Amino acid sequence: MSLFRTELRRLAKRRFARWMTAGGLLVLVLVVAGMFFSNQKIGPDQFAEARRAADQQHQEQVRWAEQERANCERAKAAGESVDYYPADCAEITPPPRESIEEQWFLPSTFDFRKSFGELLIPLAGILAMVGFVVGASFVGAEWNTGGMMNLLLWRPKRLTVLLTKLGALLTGLLALALPATAAWFGSMWLVANLRGTTEGMTSGTWQSFLIGGLRGIVLALVAATVGFALASLGRHTAMALGGAIAVMVVGQVGLGILLSMAQVRFAEAWLLPTYAIAWMTKKVTLQDWQACNATYTGECQPATLDITWQHSSVLFTVGVVLFLGAALWTMRRRDIT
Amino acid sequence: MPAVLEIEGLRKTYRSRRRGTRNALDGFDMRVEVGQVHGFLGPNGSGKTTTLRTLLGLIRPDGGRMAILGHEVPGTLDQVAPQVGAIVESPQFFPHFTARDTLSLLAGAGDLPEQRVDEVLELVGLRDRAGERVKTYSLGMKQRLAVASALLKNPRLLILDEPANGLDPGGIREMRTLMRNLSEAGMTVVLSSHILGEIQLICDSVTIISLGRRVAFGPVDEVLAQHSSGGVRVRLEAVTDLPVAATALTRVGVRVTTNDDHLMLAGVDKPATVTRLLAEQGLYVSELAPIDVDLESVFLELTATAPVPGQHRQVDQSVRIDGTAPSAPAGGGWGA
Repeated sequence: MSLFRTELRRLAKRRFARWMTAGGLLVLVLVVAGMFFSNQKIGPDQFAEARRAADQQHQEQVRWAEQERANCERAKAAGESVDYYPADCAEITPPPRESIEEQWFLPSTFDFRKSFGELLIPLAGILAMVGFVVGASFVGAEWNTGGMMNLLLWRPKRLTVLLTKLGALLTGLLALALPATAAWFGSMWLVANLRGTTEGMTSGTWQSFLIGGLRGIVLALVAATVGFALASLGRHTAMALGGAIAVMVVGQVGLGILLSMAQVRFAEAWLLPTYAIAWMTKKVTLQDWQACNATYTGECQPATLDITWQHSSVLFTVGVVLFLGAALWTMRRRDIT
Repeated sequence: MPAVLEIEGLRKTYRSRRRGTRNALDGFDMRVEVGQVHGFLGPNGSGKTTTLRTLLGLIRPDGGRMAILGHEVPGTLDQVAPQVGAIVESPQFFPHFTARDTLSLLAGAGDLPEQRVDEVLELVGLRDRAGERVKTYSLGMKQRLAVASALLKNPRLLILDEPANGLDPGGIREMRTLMRNLSEAGMTVVLSSHILGEIQLICDSVTIISLGRRVAFGPVDEVLAQHSSGGVRVRLEAVTDLPVAATALTRVGVRVTTNDDHLMLAGVDKPATVTRLLAEQGLYVSELAPIDVDLESVFLELTATAPVPGQHRQVDQSVRIDGTAPSAPAGGGWGA
């Protein structure tokens, strides 16, 4: 227990962990501020303003149509052949007023029930990134600077030391992610109250959002574990960060381009972000527009492939077992020089 | 006296496709008795640090037996670790933590009271600089911090690898006094160092390692005596008598080197026999001085690492105890 408490203290003292946490929280605050300033509450004034704007646009359309009709008649009278006018200039008519919808002119508003689910994805993404980088640095810097060797002179049970460090990291991340997620819920609820609407919320919707928040936290814990395991394997922070950049740039962007050039069906099924999004949104449906599934009405529908959160959970579990298992194995077997 | 540290037949082999096979430890033996200050000497690449790392569980041995305070290691290392303080090779710490943070975290991991941190900071002279980041420390200050970290547990066995590295002369003297005080307080100290004069001054006993094998061990005086060549310097009243004296001494089996104004004798058991023999020949001695051997010359002799003018000795160019030439390493030899 003393080792666990000490590792928590070490994590809290690490400047890099503090800066990354502050950076991640700052981004979240900026998103909340952006949501606040880019949305407005819709009331009678906004509806009246939207009606005025729709009327104004309709009048502009009427004026434009009349002017174009006059130009058309003038051209016909002069015997000019102008192919962009219809044969009968009377066909140039303004759109009916009802075709210009007032809702087009309403300011952006934040509908909590409709939009909050999607806003859990950036929260999960930022928490996962902080978790990965801090996790990698927490153990990588210890290896790199000889701190791990010093610690092992005090606590020679290598696996206990590594797993306690991981436990402290995940506890620290939870201590950040839980309040951050709660604050995200609270601040977005506040933004919706002040700059949008919270109508239509049911217990089912709340439950769905809470599960979404929980999924985001699990994603961050998985990312932290993988970052920790990679840095421990390479005994350097750069191993994890370099590996992540290599996977994202070469493995994901490069692979994406390659697969699309090779016209592979459902190319996104090979890319990690698809599984992260499927994890957060429960399901991602990929479409193959080069295939045609004819319906009984004769319509051509693309072939689809569903990536579900269950697929993602299998992938994440395999990843964690593989990387953490390798890190533990090398911790046990390799000499510390 | 009971042994605090016992190593028998320790072996560690590094295998590399590119560099081939290299025996870093080749049946190494060592024994340190309780309350001693024990010097652990060897040239670069001889296996000192590999021995210490293996003993402390950082390196997995390929064979042999090790015991600390009566406990077999590495099997029961976790039981003896709280009683062993160690620094291995150059001091390494997280550079952005202060000395106090560094020690406080170690004390936390070892379940020690915070008050002990202040005690060791005082002991190594870092009390007033304890709040500064380690990255601002000089090598000598880092070395002091390393010693402080090793002393934090108030261990029964203290293992220090080059503790005087980077210390100023005052620091070296303080370190020497500290070692003596710790030993007098009952702590057993194993000291690896290349400052052989210090070792000779501080240590009760030594082990000398070369190419992964023990080439000498025992109390310092005994090791020196064993490797004393019985050298004696002789001056006569008349320099012109030196050739006659040399002939007389050679006749009775003494190895003699004639110099301009004196003779150097080797293999002399009792210097008094020289006086008597020369007096019988009517030759009168004006000076008869036994040549003292020091640890440095013994070390250089045993490890065959004395510099030779015009030659550049390579790491691993050393000697085996059985007198055979060392097998050429299959590749570059480093990292012991």
